Amino acid sequence: MLITKVKDHRKIQEILKGYNPFVFKCFGCREVHFPEEEINEILKEGQGHLKGIARIDYLCREEFTRRYLEAFENEVRATKSILVFSCGVGVQVVSRLLEEKIVFPGCDTFYLNGFQGVTAQDFDCEQCGQCWLNLTGGICPLTACSKGLLNGPCGGTTKDGKCEVNSEMDCGWVLIYKRLQSIGRLDLLKKSAVNVRDYNLIIRAAVK
Amino acid sequence: MNLEEKLKSGKFVITSEIGPPKGTNIAPHIEEAEYLRGKVDAFNVTDMQSSVMRLGSLATCRLLFEKGLEPVFQLTCRDRNRLALQSDLLSAAVLGIKNVLVLTGDHTVLGDHLQAKPVFDLDSVSLLKVATGLMEGKDMVGNELDGTPDFFLGAVVSPGYDPQELQLIKMEKKIESGAKFFQTQAVYDLAAFETFMKAASRFGIPVLGGIVLLKSAGMAKFMNENVAGVNVPDKYIKMMAAADKKERAKVSIGIAAELINGMKNLCQGIHIMPLGWEKYVPAVLETAGF
Ligand code: SF4
Ligand code: SF4
Repeated sequence: MLITKVKDHRKIQEILKGYNPFVFKCFGCREVHFPEEEINEILKEGQGHLKGIARIDYLCREEFTRRYLEAFENEVRATKSILVFSCGVGVQVVSRLLEEKIVFPGCDTFYLNGFQGVTAQDFDCEQCGQCWLNLTGGICPLTACSKGLLNGPCGGTTKDGKCEVNSEMDCGWVLIYKRLQSIGRLDLLKKSAVNVRDYNLIIRAAVK
Repeated sequence: MNLEEKLKSGKFVITSEIGPPKGTNIAPHIEEAEYLRGKVDAFNVTDMQSSVMRLGSLATCRLLFEKGLEPVFQLTCRDRNRLALQSDLLSAAVLGIKNVLVLTGDHTVLGDHLQAKPVFDLDSVSLLKVATGLMEGKDMVGNELDGTPDFFLGAVVSPGYDPQELQLIKMEKKIESGAKFFQTQAVYDLAAFETFMKAASRFGIPVLGGIVLLKSAGMAKFMNENVAGVNVPDKYIKMMAAADKKERAKVSIGIAAELINGMKNLCQGIHIMPLGWEKYVPAVLETAGF
């Protein structure tokens, strides 16, 4: 899950005024929260400075984007600069397809879960490469715990079972404990070996 | 006798704590420890307590060691990955530091460098296991060491943690991974501590009960609301509130001594965290009959 946040509005107006860019708006896939209304307002304000706007989905799919670029060939040719409102992947795809242009990202892209479990959310997977859910009652210790602990809670759980990092977020390890207790499987916690992450798994997978 | 030998002999052990400064002005902190020489068996040195950037624990431990004061090196998993943690353990060994207290550590967002990367590559349990492995001559991936360290490993436990069973499960994992003694979060509720110690007694491992001197009723209320695992009973809050400013230290000393006396038959020692009130520690110990 990703979240895109529009950069400082003043900076975007400066780009619009200074570079007269062509604008891409990716209204996004299901995985990305995209603040389209906010972007529309910015573009309305800077209307006179734009070379054109293309609203498309899946800017991250290079083939689609190539075809869109063909459709907007004239507008794109008329400027040196492109402003892209999308997640970081979309910006990178446009940069590769338009090597001779300056491509500005209009958004900052965040992993919705912040860093490990820092932002409260229902479910998430950090793609750790060694799923622990069978030991933890189906609750992910990497994303439900702010420190991604694998061997039980830290000492920071608050009195009402919240995380020391964020009082809005349940302590993932209290959730795991309660779940295992309710299904009568605390033995999974008691008997499990000392768990350690193997980062080489994801490093190797990335290299392949 | 060192800390390990004292605990083995059954002596009721007293440890205290030093928080290194933010900067290089370490002298006053060494003086604080000097002040307690002969009254306290060993001094924990905190590892950037509360995630606030400070002088290092290891260097401070060595300074104590050079003065003939026994240090306990606190090592957290917040700032170092597994290479750095193992390396720092070996460094501790060659600097003559034997006692190591292993903790997961507070999250970086609780401190003064909110922009920092929280590491947590290992946690308290896995780091204890790794330290035990080093003592057996192997690093974490099984490579032979040229020269093997010797540690007396400790860990922390929070008697007031809810759910308690979860805390006991974690305590047992720490013991299985090599912890040989425990220090606890601050204790104010003796009845609850007794219940905890009854449950933990099955492990047969020394536990040093945590003592934090109350400075005011406000501090007690603050801890009740904000500090995980701490529960100051109303009667102590009332005593502190009733004392006028000049009397507060005396009342606080009395409360700490009462708690220590109550702990004498429940656990194997105490760990005093003076938090700036070092000067009252001798009076606390005297009032408690030491
Ligand atoms: S343990 Fe969590 S991060 Fe790892 S694969 Fe399973 S759900 Fe994903
Ligand atoms: S309080 Fe719970 S969720 Fe938060 S870091 Fe500690 S164990 Fe993880």
